[in-house]
Amino acid sequence: MSNGRKTYNRIMKTLMALSTVIVCGLVLFLIVYVLAKGLPNVTWNLLSTGPSYLDGNIGILPDILNTLYIIIATIAIVLPLGTGAAIYLTEYAGSRRIVGAIEYAAETLSGIPSIIYGLVGMLFFCQFLDMRTSLLAGAMTLVIMNLPTVMRTAQESLKTVPQSYREGAFGLGAGKWRVIKTVVLPGCVDGIITGCILSTGRILGESAALLFTAGFAHVINGFISGITSSGCTLTVALYVYAKEQGEFQVAFAIGAILMIMTLIINMSADFAGKYFKKRRDS
Amino acid sequence: MKVRSRITENIIHGIFLILGLITVGAVLLITVYLVISGIPAIKEIGIRDFLFNTHWNSTGSDPQFGILPFIMTSIYGTAGAIIIGAPVSLLVAVYLSKAAPSGLRHVVETAVSLLAGIPSVVYGLVGMMVLVPGIMNVFNVPDGASLLAAIIVLAVMIIPSVIKVSLNALDAVPPEYEEASLALGATETETYFRVSLKAAKSGIAAAVVLGVGRAIGEAMAVMMVSGNAANMPGLFESVRFLTTAVASEMSYAAGLQREALFSIALVLFLFIMLINAVLNFFLKREKE
Repeated sequence: MSNGRKTYNRIMKTLMALSTVIVCGLVLFLIVYVLAKGLPNVTWNLLSTGPSYLDGNIGILPDILNTLYIIIATIAIVLPLGTGAAIYLTEYAGSRRIVGAIEYAAETLSGIPSIIYGLVGMLFFCQFLDMRTSLLAGAMTLVIMNLPTVMRTAQESLKTVPQSYREGAFGLGAGKWRVIKTVVLPGCVDGIITGCILSTGRILGESAALLFTAGFAHVINGFISGITSSGCTLTVALYVYAKEQGEFQVAFAIGAILMIMTLIINMSADFAGKYFKKRRDS
Repeated sequence: MKVRSRITENIIHGIFLILGLITVGAVLLITVYLVISGIPAIKEIGIRDFLFNTHWNSTGSDPQFGILPFIMTSIYGTAGAIIIGAPVSLLVAVYLSKAAPSGLRHVVETAVSLLAGIPSVVYGLVGMMVLVPGIMNVFNVPDGASLLAAIIVLAVMIIPSVIKVSLNALDAVPPEYEEASLALGATETETYFRVSLKAAKSGIAAAVVLGVGRAIGEAMAVMMVSGNAANMPGLFESVRFLTTAVASEMSYAAGLQREALFSIALVLFLFIMLINAVLNFFLKREKE
């Protein structure tokens, strides 16, 4: 082999190894750095109180609750919508043009940046539908953002329900809706759960779409009053504490919490994927 | 079948049709809202002045609404992120798809999907605390919050999407191509880069375009590290992107200023639609 080719081989191999090391190193650095800076600041006081201007206390309990509320509200709305859309696409849709239009729309939605969702959410949900700046308006915005994800994962798992099951049920005289209820839906539970996990991750990490829809308030509320009033989620709180108030210790504490949540969500998505695959293969 | 049950079936069919059409409705809603709220300010300012004036001073006594600095910053920032992020991602994808042992591949893939899951504000925070002071010290500039910091953050943020899509494309290359190349005497490395990479080029183009879309649409992380002043882009200049221009003034804007922010969002939306069209083109070619 010529020297030139040998050098080429060596350089490309080194570059591949180097890039992989860089990417893995980056991930490791991000995790370790954020946890090391953040965890020491995660105190019980921080987790269990709200912020108060009177005594200068900073607590993130309201932000944690708001994040929880917005996740619950969004998932509760997006799951039926996304699954329904997927069922329509795989079970009902006859015209290819409608299928094409829906799939194209879903692709377009997943490419739109979250700041644009935030703006339109503000115009449509907060102003036009008069929800004002509230967690509900934020949740509705996130519903539209997560619709493509839920729809796609449900669609994927609907495709794995064997056609013979449906034919068997039809053959026994069941109507279409009955077949969907008894044969198709139970078959796509795995897709629904995976979609749920993925959406939770996205909702947890979202901030730009919530700035103008969910707002910045740090008030401890119950679910019903919380969802109808303005509220700051953990990500938005991190942004406000870091950028506007210079409270970096609090910001890092929130960062560490978000990091741990992200780790947990990724692991459960991984685990769910493997579990469902095993069950399907067996 | 009984008439009543047929009616029920039709109603249920209708309900599912409506659910299916929600995505289409959402796209229409977003488009219509952005166009309707974005056009008035462009009309009032004048499209030429709006797109090509280099001065943005929305709150001055003689307000100026030129968004060329934002457009150029978004283009420069995205290009920079792609120049740094794409080659690294492609090298990793080639390695994972062709050379890496399956155990290692699994570990790296897990790490990469974690990178995709980290919230953008966390990237922003780390950028603020590590990159910004780092740039200040290394390059000896008065403030590290700059286009360069934003480019580095964006480069890291696009890596997972580019790796994922190009990995799929590389995995789909028929092994016969590689075997033929090896049989002709090419080494494994030469095969990966000269045969596999070429065979997967549509998918890789799609991966890069997806990265462009991600980079141009990112707001929060960039807002935290780019300094946020409406300057024309320079590597060490404090800059503002299309996304951050909207985000940073929206909370207090009123009147024409507020309308101009919607126009910026409309411009951003047009960019994204263009990128989506290119992405679809490559994805379709990849399928064929």
